[in-house]
Amino acid sequence: MKNTLQQVFHSGKFVIGFSIFMFIVLTVIIFPLFVKTPPLGIISQGSIQGSFLPPGIYVNVYDSIGVAPYTLLLDDATAKRIASKLSPDDRTAIKEWLLADGIPEDQIDTTDTKSLMNLWTSNYDPNKELTGMTFAKMRFYQRLNTSLQGILSTQDLTIAETGTVTGTLQAKGSVSQTDYVNVSEVPNVRLLALGTDSFGRDVTPELVSATGTSLLIGLVAGLIATSIGLVLGLAGGYIGGIVDDVVMFFTNIFTVIPSFVLLILISFSIGQEKRGPVVIAIVIGFTSWYWTARAVRAQVISLRNRDHVNLSKLSGHPIALIIFADILPYIASYVFMALILQISTAILAEASLSILGLGPKTTTTATLGQMMNWGLIYMAPTMGKWWAYLPVIVIIALISFSLNLMNTGLDQVYNPALRE
Amino acid sequence: MSEVMLEVKDLTTKYITRYNEDIYAVDHVSLKVEEGKTLGIAGESGCGKSTLALSLMGYYFAPLHYTSGEIIINGRDISGMDPDVVRKSILGTEISYIPQAAMNALNPTRKIIDFIEDVYHAHDEYKSKAEIYDLACECCSILGLPKEVLQKYPVELSGGMKQRTVIAVSVILFPKILIADEPSSALDVTSQKMVIKMLKDLMKDGFIKSMIFITHELPLLYNVTDDIMVMYAGQIVEKGTAKEAVFDPLHPYSKGLMGSIIVPEHGLRDIKLTAIPGVPPNLKNPPPGCRFLPRCKYTRAECEANVNLRNLEDGRAYRCILSERELRDAYRMEAEQNARK
Amino acid sequence: MLESSEIIMSAKGLTKVFGFGATKTLAVDHVNMDLYKGEVVSIVGESGSGKTTFAKMILALISITEGEIYFQGKKRDISTNKKKQEYWRNIQAIFQDPFSSYNIFHKIDAVLLDCIRMRGGGRLPREKKVEMMSEACKFVNLKYEELTNKYPFELSGGQMQRLMIARIFLLKPKILLADEPTSMIDACSRATILEMLMDLRKEVGMTVIFITHDIGLAYYVSDKVFIMEHGKFVESGSADEVILSPRAAYTKRLISDVPKIHEAWDLSTVEMQSS
Repeated sequence: MKNTLQQVFHSGKFVIGFSIFMFIVLTVIIFPLFVKTPPLGIISQGSIQGSFLPPGIYVNVYDSIGVAPYTLLLDDATAKRIASKLSPDDRTAIKEWLLADGIPEDQIDTTDTKSLMNLWTSNYDPNKELTGMTFAKMRFYQRLNTSLQGILSTQDLTIAETGTVTGTLQAKGSVSQTDYVNVSEVPNVRLLALGTDSFGRDVTPELVSATGTSLLIGLVAGLIATSIGLVLGLAGGYIGGIVDDVVMFFTNIFTVIPSFVLLILISFSIGQEKRGPVVIAIVIGFTSWYWTARAVRAQVISLRNRDHVNLSKLSGHPIALIIFADILPYIASYVFMALILQISTAILAEASLSILGLGPKTTTTATLGQMMNWGLIYMAPTMGKWWAYLPVIVIIALISFSLNLMNTGLDQVYNPALRE
Repeated sequence: MSEVMLEVKDLTTKYITRYNEDIYAVDHVSLKVEEGKTLGIAGESGCGKSTLALSLMGYYFAPLHYTSGEIIINGRDISGMDPDVVRKSILGTEISYIPQAAMNALNPTRKIIDFIEDVYHAHDEYKSKAEIYDLACECCSILGLPKEVLQKYPVELSGGMKQRTVIAVSVILFPKILIADEPSSALDVTSQKMVIKMLKDLMKDGFIKSMIFITHELPLLYNVTDDIMVMYAGQIVEKGTAKEAVFDPLHPYSKGLMGSIIVPEHGLRDIKLTAIPGVPPNLKNPPPGCRFLPRCKYTRAECEANVNLRNLEDGRAYRCILSERELRDAYRMEAEQNARK
Repeated sequence: MLESSEIIMSAKGLTKVFGFGATKTLAVDHVNMDLYKGEVVSIVGESGSGKTTFAKMILALISITEGEIYFQGKKRDISTNKKKQEYWRNIQAIFQDPFSSYNIFHKIDAVLLDCIRMRGGGRLPREKKVEMMSEACKFVNLKYEELTNKYPFELSGGQMQRLMIARIFLLKPKILLADEPTSMIDACSRATILEMLMDLRKEVGMTVIFITHDIGLAYYVSDKVFIMEHGKFVESGSADEVILSPRAAYTKRLISDVPKIHEAWDLSTVEMQSS
């Protein structure tokens, strides 16, 4: 046993696959211990289409004003400020207006913000109608003008509060252009590493818990499928005769019927309320065992005529003992590899079911496929809100990849002919 | 004086294991094969005879590596040559090799004639399909194979037939030396006889000029070969003509080996078969002296030092520190003791 | 040398058919054989002759299609598991490949302890068991202290086959069936195995059936020889009769096809087959 473990961990592929998989599993286990947010807790509200907050660090503006500021004199602060207000498109628009107004082109330099602004402020007339300008365009320039008010000013911003007693605005404080706050002093700062999804839920804890659920479903389904396959394969392979015929009959049926169609039909007919994660795991397990059964049966058939099995028979060992002691250990490594593969396919099967909306429904957690389902329904791909679906795809791919890599590594250990 | 087809001087080749250990499977082996003669190599599993066969071809695959020594075929030393040069110019044309269970090398999805075409193409011989077919037919008729074999798939042929086909294909370019490694071990007795007859006919009809025959079955060697070489733990322990090696072995190992031959002949039931206790040494760390020492009945203190091959006249040789006379006396005394029992 | 004229086992019309319909094969074809107590017989045949199938039927490892086996005068009854186990106390086997005869996950002690259990010694104290196992190992020139707690892959082929003989020593069956016991053993060790089997036979009073394709071995070791071809016995008789003066054409061909040393091996009588 020790020797086998040594060999197994010597295999590069197995170690890499194992590391990736354990990293994911450990993250799933350890993350909730540190981050206590409920995975499906809604934290933002948005428009009708869903909020989809982009990833980033979110600083509470109200609190940041209340915190004592520091003064930092940075050279490029002004330029950055103006640049953020005046996008290249805006500059081009201004240039167009000025050209249409009759200003010669060589006087217009879109890169020199100051001169551009000077030209603009001296020449812009909101009511002027230039040739070829639509009414919508006029409004555009009016809005642009409004937004550019005070862009070059260096005045402080005044904070005013409606007085509780007087009912009028009273100046409370001011914010200078050189005021900076230290983020760690601001009481309410939230890191949304992966933004929020369409419902306004923080994607990061949601993703971690969804991974956990999917892994659990995969594990349960994989175990069920492997157990069924093992028992049927052993029975059919060793006992032979009628038992084998029956086993092969059912195996063939399940092989021929596309398991995915079967999954969809069963899932649909169970109905939404009853479709919890465990139920789905059971359903997946019961529809994917045929591969293992067939593989195990083939191995057992080749083993049952070995000399040590014959000698066991001659020693009067009962069938159960022969299967358990003389056949099972010889196929153990094979069955273990089959288990890994079944887990991998089960996770993918659940994801596929969920993405169609036929997956498990719970109120406390999501699954990976479900997150993709929401992403699709709320049109995250079309809107470019990559954080709602891309991390999920990466996680599913990593899980599948690491499990298969472990399997290939193990295969090389147990089958010396495959070693490089 | 016949021409020497193959001469090997002090050949040493090794296997390098996964843990970077060197195992010298062939340890300073020298031999000579003359035109028209067959050399037999006898020995049990693990003695190095199959490795020797591979080494003689000059075509090494990892983990087998050439260490030292010369292999001279027709005056040309091929021991340091590039494997591809060897494959094109030596294999098949000068020296040909039939591995154990060679019939398994036939691709089950191709016909025999395709196999033969591959052999020609691999040696840069640009012949048309029709030409190849004619040559193959001619070969078949000389070797006693029916022409229909060429159009068949390997699955349709019996074991003996497959083996004979493979042998026929391996001599199709008229090599000077044929190395046959257990050519008939996987076959039933009757097919074995056919294969052996074919090999003998090959020599007689001039397809090949000489042959090296490797097997662990001694009665076979006796009937097929002119000279016999016995190998043990990577070294040659005895050389002599077939008659000498089988009926008058000198080395204690050969003596034991020849004494364990079972043939269905008159008098078999009266003899006592000899058995040699123990197992061959592990070649990872071979002992410095005689490798047969732990299993030998006639040891002396000097056996622990290095023991060289003693060359007697006429190509007879054996690897033991005892003299011919001492050995023969010891054997005779033992035979008398056994008779008295 | 026949030790008694009592028949210990006989087969009457023993037949085995595999498959059905188009793939029906007659592996063993109505074979009759009488086995006398204490004798050594060999069944010689090439591969496909049905000798292994015949052996498995005698061993009750596969079912019989037609025919009867009589053991010690009475019809063999293996209808229940208990009766099968009874039967296997009287007949045991040694197989060709010493490596595959062992369960590679168990230490070799397990094999010997199992034999002690089969003979009813499961409840014996540990020291007595060790004593019995040491005695068995000594019989086959092995030292129990050196082998205990080892796994099969740590032994050599010859050692493993000898341990199988030790197993038979412990079981002391009335009949031993040896299926090619020396074909995978080096020539130098063959004589040891054969000698041990013959010593065991004397010690225990066993009847031995050898199954082999090597007619030389059959001649060396047996009292009686049966030649099997296509599921039938084509010749039977004492070893000298069958080998030195064979009557059936198949036997003659079989003997002439084996290379010899003192007699000539005539290659000119080979018929080159056309398929």
